[in-house]
Amino acid sequence: MSATVARGTVVSDETVPARAPWSGVVAAGHVLTIVDLAGNQAVDCLLYRADDTAERYSAADTIAAQGSIFLTTGSVLRSCEGRPLMTVVADDVGRHDTIGGACSKESNTLRYGHHTHHQHACVENFLREGAKWGLGKRDLVSNINWYMNVPVEADGTLGIVDGLSAPGLSVSLRAEVDTLVLVSNCPQVNNPCNGFDPTPVRMIVTAP
Amino acid sequence: MTGTHTTHGARDHARAQGGTVVEAMPTLPASAWPAPPAGVAAGDLTWAEVVAGGNYTNKLVARGTTIRLTDLAGDACAHLLLFNADQPWERLNVADTVKVPWQAYLGAGHPLLSDQGRVLATIVEDSSGAHDALCGTTSLGVNAARYGDGAPQGPSPAGRELFLLGALKHGLGARDVPPSLSFFQGVGVGDDGALTFAGSAGAGRSVTLRAELPLVVLLANVPHPLDPRESYTCTALEVLAWRGAPTAPEDPLWSATPEGERAYLNTDDYATARGLA
Repeated sequence: MSATVARGTVVSDETVPARAPWSGVVAAGHVLTIVDLAGNQAVDCLLYRADDTAERYSAADTIAAQGSIFLTTGSVLRSCEGRPLMTVVADDVGRHDTIGGACSKESNTLRYGHHTHHQHACVENFLREGAKWGLGKRDLVSNINWYMNVPVEADGTLGIVDGLSAPGLSVSLRAEVDTLVLVSNCPQVNNPCNGFDPTPVRMIVTAP
Repeated sequence: MTGTHTTHGARDHARAQGGTVVEAMPTLPASAWPAPPAGVAAGDLTWAEVVAGGNYTNKLVARGTTIRLTDLAGDACAHLLLFNADQPWERLNVADTVKVPWQAYLGAGHPLLSDQGRVLATIVEDSSGAHDALCGTTSLGVNAARYGDGAPQGPSPAGRELFLLGALKHGLGARDVPPSLSFFQGVGVGDDGALTFAGSAGAGRSVTLRAELPLVVLLANVPHPLDPRESYTCTALEVLAWRGAPTAPEDPLWSATPEGERAYLNTDDYATARGLA
């Protein structure tokens, strides 16, 4: 386990099974560490201000403010109002995606064919898990994909390619305000985002 | 002395203002627009408007409508959101719009996709090539810090504030305003992920969209978030729309890519079941 995980007092420590959702409120100042237990497992993630979920993670505001499409240590995860929700305080991988969005049954039909329509998908996890917090379809926006590698070529060609992560690598996020974190442990099996084999991840919340 | 101390005087004063022409305004009926695009009959025009820098507009358009946006003076930035007018919880999804076609840069032939695997609109022509699907638009606090104000009726309105007003007029709210895309101010991505602001391709460039479903169109014309200029710089945007037909199987666009073909199939499937086809 990485050194980051051991820091502070453990508030919660849960393993999210392959293909499953997870959610929780991370209190301001607490740190959420996501551990890629088996390596190259995309973790789709949305953030909401816990006291006003209409203010939520904005990939666009985050990208524009830092002038880069990749997330790593130092990246400030901003809301649709440009305000910090969380900050990446440690990262073993070096590059995470925030332009590729979540897989859905509907977009799978475009990307791979209509035979994939009845497969598992992240949007199903987001909808089901978000409903526990009163969130619905309107509340889903472009998300973060921890451990997913999406380069953009000079001619604009982009795509999900083989990941840069490995078993046991982690990324740690400090909440700047009380933040509702919604996660889909990505069930996609048609591209390399999970190494074609979805695996569990570990979510550890620590207090300083 | 305007005579507005009486109702009749106030009425005369108000009525005397009718017929005033300014640069940024809608033209009604749209068929009265003086210069229809080549090949378009004046009677087919359904929307003719010039939107000032720092302002916005909104329109519900029929399936098949062609919408041409023109950067009149070279410093417009047309931020766009699209909603399925029948069910506005289906809306532009910028992530799927770049991921599904395997292309981060917007240009002719690019489908603007919803979160339901359907094409809301297709870019059918583009003489600019300077656009952005990554940075979204500006917000109140960002413009307040940057220009001293971001309020929608202040001197330097934020795009999100204008989108919110447009959304509210269609019964929607803050939760319905997702990341947007923008035309006429280009952004490039380096190998290291770093963004470069390329700016405008020049005055008179245009982008033409085809509505593949009935759409609520929200347009905010505000400076791009990465525009490095100290002053709030944004010039007029012309919007013209006319009647047409959605992309059909015989159109080369329909089968240009396997992803696009399935997106048009999904769109047609919805329209058929819904009774729109």
